Amino acid sequence: MRTLPSGGRQLSWLLLALWGVVPAHAQSPNDAAFVSTLGELREATYSDKAGIVDRLSQSGHPSVRAVLTAFMEDRLYFRNDDQKIFIGKTADGDPLSLIDPISLKDAGTAPADSLTKIGTNNGLRGKIRTAVAHFALASPDVSVRRDAVREMSTSLDEATVALLRERSAVETDSGVKKEIDTALALSTLDGTASDARVAAIGTLSSSVSQDVRNRLALLIEKSPEGAFTESDEKVRRAATAAVTRIDRWRGFYSGIETLFFGLSLGSVLVLIAIGLAITFGVMGVINMAHGELMMLGAYTTYAVQQAMPEHIGISILVAIPAAFLVAGFTGVILERTVIRFLYGRPLETLLATFGVSLVLQQTVRSIFSANNRSVVTPDWMSGSLRVNDALAITYNRLYIVVFTVIVFSLILLVLKRTRIGLDIRAVSQNRAMAKAMGIRTEWVDAMTFGLGSGIAGVAGVALSQLTNVGPNLGQSYIIDSFMVVVFGGVGNLWGSLIGGMSMGIVNKLLEPFAGAVLAKIFVLVALILFIQSRPRGLFPQAGRAGEDK
Amino acid sequence: MKRKAMFTTAWLAAAGIIASQAASAQGTIKVGVLHSLSGTMAISETTLKDTVLMMIDQQNKKGGVLGKKLEAVVVDPASDWPLFAEKAAQLLEKDKVSVVFGCWTSVSRKSVLPVFEKDNGLLFYPVQYEGEESSKNVIYTGAAPNQQAIPAVDYLMKEVGVKRWVLEGTDYVYPRTTNKILEAYLLAKGVKQEDISVNYTPFGFSDWQTRVAAIKKFGSAGKKTAVVSTINGDANVPFYKELGNQKVSAEQIPVVAFSVGEEELSGLDTKPLLGHLAAWNYFESISNPANKAFIDQWHTFIKNPKRTTNDPMEATYIGFNLWVKAVTKAGTTDVAKVIAALPGTETPNLTGGIAKVLPNHHITKPVYIGEVKGDGQFNVVWKSTGTVPGDAWSDFLPGSKDIEADWVTLKCGNYNKTTKVCSGQNFK
Repeated sequence: MRTLPSGGRQLSWLLLALWGVVPAHAQSPNDAAFVSTLGELREATYSDKAGIVDRLSQSGHPSVRAVLTAFMEDRLYFRNDDQKIFIGKTADGDPLSLIDPISLKDAGTAPADSLTKIGTNNGLRGKIRTAVAHFALASPDVSVRRDAVREMSTSLDEATVALLRERSAVETDSGVKKEIDTALALSTLDGTASDARVAAIGTLSSSVSQDVRNRLALLIEKSPEGAFTESDEKVRRAATAAVTRIDRWRGFYSGIETLFFGLSLGSVLVLIAIGLAITFGVMGVINMAHGELMMLGAYTTYAVQQAMPEHIGISILVAIPAAFLVAGFTGVILERTVIRFLYGRPLETLLATFGVSLVLQQTVRSIFSANNRSVVTPDWMSGSLRVNDALAITYNRLYIVVFTVIVFSLILLVLKRTRIGLDIRAVSQNRAMAKAMGIRTEWVDAMTFGLGSGIAGVAGVALSQLTNVGPNLGQSYIIDSFMVVVFGGVGNLWGSLIGGMSMGIVNKLLEPFAGAVLAKIFVLVALILFIQSRPRGLFPQAGRAGEDK
Repeated sequence: MKRKAMFTTAWLAAAGIIASQAASAQGTIKVGVLHSLSGTMAISETTLKDTVLMMIDQQNKKGGVLGKKLEAVVVDPASDWPLFAEKAAQLLEKDKVSVVFGCWTSVSRKSVLPVFEKDNGLLFYPVQYEGEESSKNVIYTGAAPNQQAIPAVDYLMKEVGVKRWVLEGTDYVYPRTTNKILEAYLLAKGVKQEDISVNYTPFGFSDWQTRVAAIKKFGSAGKKTAVVSTINGDANVPFYKELGNQKVSAEQIPVVAFSVGEEELSGLDTKPLLGHLAAWNYFESISNPANKAFIDQWHTFIKNPKRTTNDPMEATYIGFNLWVKAVTKAGTTDVAKVIAALPGTETPNLTGGIAKVLPNHHITKPVYIGEVKGDGQFNVVWKSTGTVPGDAWSDFLPGSKDIEADWVTLKCGNYNKTTKVCSGQNFK
C-alpha cells in the first residue's frame, strides 16, 4: 500500500491528537502563525502550495478544516489592497460574501474585482481532499463518512489506521463499517503475521472493488526471474482464491452493466422512434422533419430553463408538457398546411417534409444562433446510483429508461382506451368505412399527427440531457428512428419497442469487441439482411389493414 | 502651332490616363477571407472572419499599408471542401487578392493547397493541425504537434506522473495523425504498449457509456491514467457529461483536450468539466496588457461584451501583423517578394512573447496548459519556458524523421536529409 511521506504521517498523528482536543480548543494561541502560513499561499507555486497545505493541517488551528475545504472548492481569496485572506461563501458572484478565516465569522461583502482567487490544480485538490477526509470521519452524514473512509484508504499509514480503528468501534452504519473493515484489512496485508493476513484476505474476498483486487493481485505476482514476490505460501493460496472470486463477480456485474447500457441506448432509440411509429406506422406519412420536432422539444427545454433559472430542478418536469405542446402544435400546423395535400403520395411527402426540416433548422438558427445552447442537468439527474464497488448506474440514463416505459404505456393507453385512440385506429384500418360511420377523418388525421409530433418533442426533452442542443440535433437521430420503426414492423408499437431495445442491446454487446464505428456498421448490415428476408419487419401487421399498406 | 497644341493635348490626355490608372492601382490592397459562414463549421469560422475584419479596420485607421487602404473580399465556402478550392481560385484569379486568411479543418486546407501553389497565392492558416506539411505558399500560424500535443503529454508525464494513456479521438485525419505521433513518442519514452489504449469513435458520437466505462476500467489498474482527447466538436459535450455521471473526476483521470477552447465552453454546462485540461498557445484568461487591449477591441468591434476570444483568433491576429510587417519590409504586396520577406519577421503575440516566422513557414509559439474553471475560462497550470519553434515534420514518426522543410536555403518543403532528395511540396 502506498504510504504518505513523512510530512503526511506527522499530519495524521497530529490530527489524531486533535481528535479529542478540537472542541475544547476555542481560543487558539497560534492565530498569528496560522495567518502567516496562510499568507504564503498568495505567491506560492503549486508545489509550494502542497507544502503549505501540509503545514496548515499540522498547525492544529480550529479553522483548518473550513479553510482547507474552501481552498479545495476554489473559495479562498485575498483582498488586493491589504493582502488579507478571506473565505468566500460561494466560488463566484459579485459582490462576494466573505468569511474571516480565523474566527469563521461573517466579514461583510466585497466586489469581485477587489479580490484575487488563490488557484488550485488537480494534484493539489486531491491532496487537500485527503487531508479534509480525516476531519470528515465524524460527520453525521453517512455518505460523507463513507467517502472519507474511501479517501483515507488510498493512503493508509499507522495514524490513519489508528483513526479508522477508533471510528470502527463507534460506527453504527453497517455500510461505513464494512468500508472501514476493508481499509483495515488492506493495512493488515502489509504486516507479517501469517494468520492475520490470511484472515484479512478472507475479509477482502467479499469485496468487489478494483482497488482491493489490484492489491491482492500484487501478492500473487511473479518477479521477472519467475519467483513469487510473496514468500508465504498460505497467503498466496488465499490470495489466488480471493482474486478468482472477485474477478468472477466483477465479470458478472460488468455483464449487468453492459445490459443496462444496451437497455438505455435502446430506450433512447424507442423514445425517438415512437412518435414516428405513430405518424409513419399508423398514418403512413414519411415525415423527414421528425428529427426537427425533437429539436424543437430540446429548445423548449432550454427556453423553460431560461424562464425559470431559480428552479432548474423542476424545469425538466415543466418542459415535458411544454415540449409536447410546442412540437404537437407545430405538427398540427404542418399536417394542415402541407401533408394533408399529399396523402397517398409518399415521395412528395418525403421531399416536402425534408424541405420543412430545413426551414425549421434555419428558423432555430436565426432565433437562437448556430451555437449550441447549454441545458443544465438538474442535480437529481446527475451522478450515479452506486449498487456496489463494481456496479454503478447513472441517474440520467436510469430516468430515461423509466421515462420511456411511462411514455410507451401512456401511448398504448391513449390508443386502446380513449375515444380519440379508437378513432385513430378506425381511420388507420379503413378510412372510407370510418368516414361512413361519421368519424371526422380530417380532424383525426390532424390529431394523430399532432400526437406523434408531440411525442417527438417529449423525446427532445430527454435528448437535451444526453447531447448537444443545437440546430443539427434532429439530423443525427432521424436515420436511427426510421431504422427502429422499419425493423420493428411498420404500424406496430410493440414492434418498435422490441426492435429499439434489441438494437440497443446488440449494439452495446458488440461495442467492447468491435469498437463504436464497427458495431454500428454490423447492426446496419444485420438490419439490411433481416429486412431482405422479412420485408415487413419483426411484427408485420396482420390482416386486411396490413395489406392496404 | 496647331500641331503642337494637338500634341500637348494628346500628351496631357495620355498623362491623365496614366495618372488615373496609377491612382486606381494606388487605391486599395485586397485581402481575401476564406472562412465558412454557413454549414457545420460556421460556428468556429465566423469568429475568425470577424477577427480579420477587425484587424483590417484597425489597420486602415492607422493609415493602411504602404499608404493604401486595405479592402476585405469575403467569400463563403460553406463548410464544403471542394467549394473551398473553387472560392480560393476565385479570390486569386478573379479578385486578385494579395493575401488570403482562411481555412479551419485540415481537409479544407488540403483542398486549397494545389490552387495556392498553382496561382502562387499566399495563405495564412490559423488553426492547430497535425503537421506533416510545409508549403511555399502557406504560413502556418497555428500549432504544430510539437507545440501542443507533445508538451501536453510531457506535462502529464512529468508533473502529474501519468503512466497509462488513453488516446481517444474522432475518426478522421487530425486525430489519427496526432495519435500516431503521440503513440510513437510515448513508446520512445519507455511507456509499454499495454499501457496505451487508442480508440476512435464516429463524428457526433453521443452514447459514451461503454467508452467511459472502458476508460474507467483501463484507469483502475493501479497506475495513474490520463486521457488525451482529440475528440472533435459536438461529441465533446456528451463525453464530458458521461465522465461526470460515472464519477470520473479530473483528479483521478484527467482529460487533456486539443480542440476544446473558450468558444466551445461558452455553449456548455461546465460543471462536469471542472479541472479537466486543455493545451493551447493562448488563453483568454492570461493577464497581459496586449491581451486586455485585444479583448476590449474585440468586444467593441463585435458589440457584445460576453463574447470570448480563443487560440485561433490569436493566431489570426499574429498572421495579420506578420503579413503587414513583411509587406512593409518588402515595400510591395507582390506575393513572391512578401514570401521571401516573411521568414525572420517578428511580431509580439498576445501573451508577452514574440512570434517569429521560421524558414519552414511555421512560427514560434509559447505553450500553455490550463484547467477548466467554473466560469468557462482556463486557469493556467503550466507554461513553456519561452517559445517553442514549430516543427513541420514530426521527429517521432519513422517516415518523417529525416524530412526537413526550409524555404530559405534549401528552398524545399520536403527535403530528405539522408537521401538528399527534395520531393517538392508534397501535399498528398
